[in-house]
Amino acid sequence: MSAATTHHRTVHTDVPDDHPTHPDEKSDALTAPLAPPASPTYRLTQLESLESEAIHIIREVVAEFERPVLLFSGGKDSVVMLHLATKAFWPAPVPFALLHVDTGHNFPEVLEYRDATVERLGARLEVASVQDYLDDGRLLERADGTRNPLQTQPLLDAITGHKFDAVFGGGRRDEEKARAKERVISLRDEFGQWDPRNQRPELWNLYNGRHRPGEHVRAFPLSNWTELDIWRYIAAEKIDLPSLYYAHEREVFERDGMLLAVGPYSRPRNDAEAADVRTETVRYRTVGDMSCTGAVESTAYTVDDVITEVAATRITERGATRADDRISEAAMEDRKKEGYF
Amino acid sequence: MSAATTHPLPDETTLPTGTAGEPQVLPTSTLLRLATAGSVDDGKSTLVGRLLYDSKSVLADQLDAVERVSRDRGLATADLALLTDGLRAEREQGITIDVAYRYFATARRSFILADCPGHVQYTRNTVTGASTADVVVLLIDARKGLLEQTRRHLAVASLLRVPHVIVAVNKIDLVDYSQERYEELADQIREAAASLGVAHVLTLPVSALEGVNVVDRSGGPDGKTPWYGGPSLLDLLEELPAAQTPDTEAFRFPVQVVLRPQGAALEERFRDYRGYAGQIASGVVRVGDEVVVLPSGKRTTVEGIDTADGTLAEAFAPQSVTIRLADEIDIARGDLLAAAADAPQVTQDIEGTVAWLSDKTLRPGTRVLLKHTTRTVQAVVRDVVGRLDLDTAELEPAETLDLNDIGRVTLRLASPVAAEEYVTSRRTGAFLLIDGQDGGTLAAGMVGDALAAVRCPSQRPVQYAI
Repeated sequence: MSAATTHHRTVHTDVPDDHPTHPDEKSDALTAPLAPPASPTYRLTQLESLESEAIHIIREVVAEFERPVLLFSGGKDSVVMLHLATKAFWPAPVPFALLHVDTGHNFPEVLEYRDATVERLGARLEVASVQDYLDDGRLLERADGTRNPLQTQPLLDAITGHKFDAVFGGGRRDEEKARAKERVISLRDEFGQWDPRNQRPELWNLYNGRHRPGEHVRAFPLSNWTELDIWRYIAAEKIDLPSLYYAHEREVFERDGMLLAVGPYSRPRNDAEAADVRTETVRYRTVGDMSCTGAVESTAYTVDDVITEVAATRITERGATRADDRISEAAMEDRKKEGYF
Repeated sequence: MSAATTHPLPDETTLPTGTAGEPQVLPTSTLLRLATAGSVDDGKSTLVGRLLYDSKSVLADQLDAVERVSRDRGLATADLALLTDGLRAEREQGITIDVAYRYFATARRSFILADCPGHVQYTRNTVTGASTADVVVLLIDARKGLLEQTRRHLAVASLLRVPHVIVAVNKIDLVDYSQERYEELADQIREAAASLGVAHVLTLPVSALEGVNVVDRSGGPDGKTPWYGGPSLLDLLEELPAAQTPDTEAFRFPVQVVLRPQGAALEERFRDYRGYAGQIASGVVRVGDEVVVLPSGKRTTVEGIDTADGTLAEAFAPQSVTIRLADEIDIARGDLLAAAADAPQVTQDIEGTVAWLSDKTLRPGTRVLLKHTTRTVQAVVRDVVGRLDLDTAELEPAETLDLNDIGRVTLRLASPVAAEEYVTSRRTGAFLLIDGQDGGTLAAGMVGDALAAVRCPSQRPVQYAI
């Protein structure tokens, strides 16, 4: 954010002069005489407030934990989180590693983006590979081919193996009902489980990260951001994203009302799906396991187009693009309880 | 909220087109944090649902899900409580367990709404929601009037020094839009608020179900409340003045992290860099300002204010910045930089008000950790001075505090902190008590006699730009 102080010094004299007066002045304070502020006020815009809050959270976690790590998938939320981390510690480098829980079902352009970003920042990247677990039999491929739920075990093993005690996630409370109730600093027990009924109250901006050996916390600096905030921030900060977030032509077919890409991990399963294959102009609102992440029809070629599209949309991003959250009303909560992101 | 509270879903075709019509956000849009509170069945979920719905923050697939689940349960109408009751146990038991955060925006402001359930652990939930709120919206049922819980919510808002309190007299349609009833309740609300130390309370008549005065004004000859000439709830929320006024506050800056960049890749100009990173808790700081480092008491001047976007001549709360100082002083996380001319005292003895949030009982002699800004110190509870009776606003003698009690305690700290009265600063006057054994949060604490505000109503004038 361009935090030049003068930009914030806006004089607030925007008092409507056609305001109706209440019949009884004394009984209703709403209509007390209007006094425009005499002096300029210092005020942050909404995006500046969110940025400052997120940087505060990231710094608190780094100060209070031994071994934090940031979950980095190349998805827009993790990209914004990493961007905030670089700002929080500038001119020092980001003082923690990145962790990618790799389903093996990646969009190639996202992997390229991930590696280029790691290179650019000189960051350390750990990869926890779902494919390794499938190869040696620790995990079994699901009948539906989806690997999102399979990420939990490799994630928890990586946390234990590297002794990570704080894991930054890009989760936002506007995404999903279970996330709406999760704390910014959210405790996980030694099995990585979230206990939604026994969360610590979170007061002021005083975060309590105390935990016992074997426990860890998940930290969500973007808790209070919405999808639109993320995009407006990406525009304001000119943040690069993997190209599939913008409109492009792609071979797709429809399954359960979602447009899936034709690719190595998502092929038509039956004649009806095969007959449906066509080239559409699409983009992705979320990026995840290629086999269960749907594209949306879109002509949003630029970040400004995307902002306009997101502002007008009538479907949530998970509703539009995630097959795994359609399983049940509490699909996300159930996965989270087991240790998912 | 209770799942038993069912209301017809707002019908898009009959919705008023209000100021919240388009979620386009202006670049100058600011952020307001609000907490809603109320008793069971006062229609809070409907009000929240309507604010979200009318500002297009509830999307089609979310409504579909609510309708589907409501149908599955055999309800004739959609239960808007399902929008916020996100946890499995909540939906199964028809209760709200925890504070839920919701987001909506108008052209002028974005809102973070902490929806605090009214009947389960109301103190814990309301204290949590109110701790960060710029405004509390408290609902009462026009038929039932003020309940015991209304007074308690007002008392919590007063204790936590929430800058603005709005009491919405809901279900005004069920008292035939009676001006007389509204005026009667408004008088009672003002009286209760004054006796509980709420500096200023705003009231308005609403019907969340009918959308009266929620988004659109319903005054005027054609409105449902022709006798009410004031703004709608959303108008109010859009217009309330900012909570923080940095230019009238003393500069306070708790140090979070000391930045001393190292490594081969580092640019030459940063080789000797030493900056103190943190979020300004209050006030304004300028390059050249004299500051004092607490608790050491050493003085120096501000040499630079850095951000990743460039250096600043001045910065203000709540910006996150990195400050460079003229002198090399031993400064660590937990230290406070303060305006030298107006610095707080450091102390090892704190008297404060605590909202006790744990199942364990607080007794004199209990050892705890105290977290104040970025500093955590060991502490022991010297005395329990008393417990607040929220109904009478009196401090009654007590030897212990239990879950949901609000009381007064004295604490002795192992090392000094730069604590200020909570009534002076919500940031440098707040603390947590933490269980050193299991790490649990035991209490929300406020330095000083926060109860004084409750006993002796403040006459601090507040001016609203409405």
